[in-house]
Amino acid sequence: MRIFDPHIHMTSRTTNDYTAMYDAGVRAVVEPSFWLGQPRTNVGSFADYFDALIGWERFRAAQYGIRHHATIGLNPKEANDPRCREVLDLLPRYLGKDGVVAVGETGYDSMTAAEDEAFAAQLELADRFGLPALVHTPHRDKAAGTIRTLDVVRESGLAPERVVVDHLNEMTVRAVAESGCWMGFSIYPDTKMDERRFVAILQEYGTERMLANSAADWGHSDPLKTRATAEAMLEAGFTLDDVDVVLWQNPVAFYGQSGRLNLDTVPGFEADAADVAFAAAGATFEGNSVLRGVRA
Amino acid sequence: MNDGWITEGVAAVTAEPDRIAELFPAAGRAVGREPVDPDGDPLGLVHGTLDDRAREELVAALLAALPPEDAARELGDLYRYGDDAERRGVVRGLSAADPDAEPIVNAGLDLVADALRTNDPRLVAAALGPFGARHLDQHAWRHGVLKVLFMGIPLEAIADVDRRRDDELTRMAAGLVAERRAASRDIRDDMSRLAGGGVQTTADRTPALDHTTTAHDPEQED
Repeated sequence: MRIFDPHIHMTSRTTNDYTAMYDAGVRAVVEPSFWLGQPRTNVGSFADYFDALIGWERFRAAQYGIRHHATIGLNPKEANDPRCREVLDLLPRYLGKDGVVAVGETGYDSMTAAEDEAFAAQLELADRFGLPALVHTPHRDKAAGTIRTLDVVRESGLAPERVVVDHLNEMTVRAVAESGCWMGFSIYPDTKMDERRFVAILQEYGTERMLANSAADWGHSDPLKTRATAEAMLEAGFTLDDVDVVLWQNPVAFYGQSGRLNLDTVPGFEADAADVAFAAAGATFEGNSVLRGVRA
Repeated sequence: MNDGWITEGVAAVTAEPDRIAELFPAAGRAVGREPVDPDGDPLGLVHGTLDDRAREELVAALLAALPPEDAARELGDLYRYGDDAERRGVVRGLSAADPDAEPIVNAGLDLVADALRTNDPRLVAAALGPFGARHLDQHAWRHGVLKVLFMGIPLEAIADVDRRRDDELTRMAAGLVAERRAASRDIRDDMSRLAGGGVQTTADRTPALDHTTTAHDPEQED
């Protein structure tokens, strides 16, 4: 079973997670730029973070046989801090880069005027750079936030098939399904959405334009929730082909609109997974191999 | 190589220098990332890669199109916001700089100094290209050469090595050879060559302690 996690914050995860993900079938991920828990106070912090997403983290993932891509954007929470808003001017420097497959996460957190402005500006950038957009929906007042999100997308002129509206639930899925945008579901241990509820949604809406992600980060979350979702689908009577559509083909189709996905097998990983970890030993990123102690 | 893309890119930068910020990250997708000499130089350390070549031409066009102060600023931004390949492209592109254009030389030396602090072999190799050979002071240049030896980069990647080598470099290289011999680590021909020859080579070394010594390699910064 091959799995593409279309939304996971690997920067916050360990190498054990990478190994477990590879063993579970994960071969590609997209890491959206987002909030780090601790608010940032200046643009330089973002530049270093973006550099890490397109450099160090991509290298680290490859050591474990996983292709890593990123989305770059100013998240809605920090869009409210005037010290961070200049990040919008920095985005064009990053949106043209290899492995950057969408603008995002953008969208709403508290639905402020500053968020409106940052959201609209980033949808324009998506259009300018020929990229799709990853749109976060708020935790609070989610239904109203989702409707407002779809209005902004419509006004932007960006084609709905180039937008994924993420973190959906039973209350918000219908409006997004009708809009023509892609539907993202974050499968969490407790909050947002679990794999059984997601399967029920698939039974009602079908598998087209559906994306399941673990959204694993520094909070209570599980990077193997994509695999759990696949198993829940099979238990509910979906076929292996259906699973492949939702957990591989759909994310490939959505992010493939960027023209910048790299899904080639990482060299040295064709064979048995047991050989995995050390296949690329000897490679380093700025002198650091990740694989402590094994480099000859 | 996609020469058409390079020709168009050069024309675009000549007419509108700001365009280089969009073209620079796209170069690998447009012309490929393979080494120029895949057999003789599989990592592109000596002759670079296809995208290195494309970016060198874009930098040359930028240098020709803008007054030195403005070109220096743009090169600094390209480097600061560049990924590993783009940074290499900037540093390699500096070889086209007019040696008398002070703002470019000063800015370029800052970038080369940064590149020499990294442990990315292709970037370090680029830093010791023609621009580095022309402008680095002797102390910084020698340390760069020693770093090349540490990292296993072929000496051919360094521009003008025979013109710039001096007794102090020979002394430093001999020190490296002695240190590695004491640790039973391999001594490559490049090291012997810079150390003045006549030293123990890989074929003679005792391999016994290699594993334990590599685990404490000072170049492995965790």
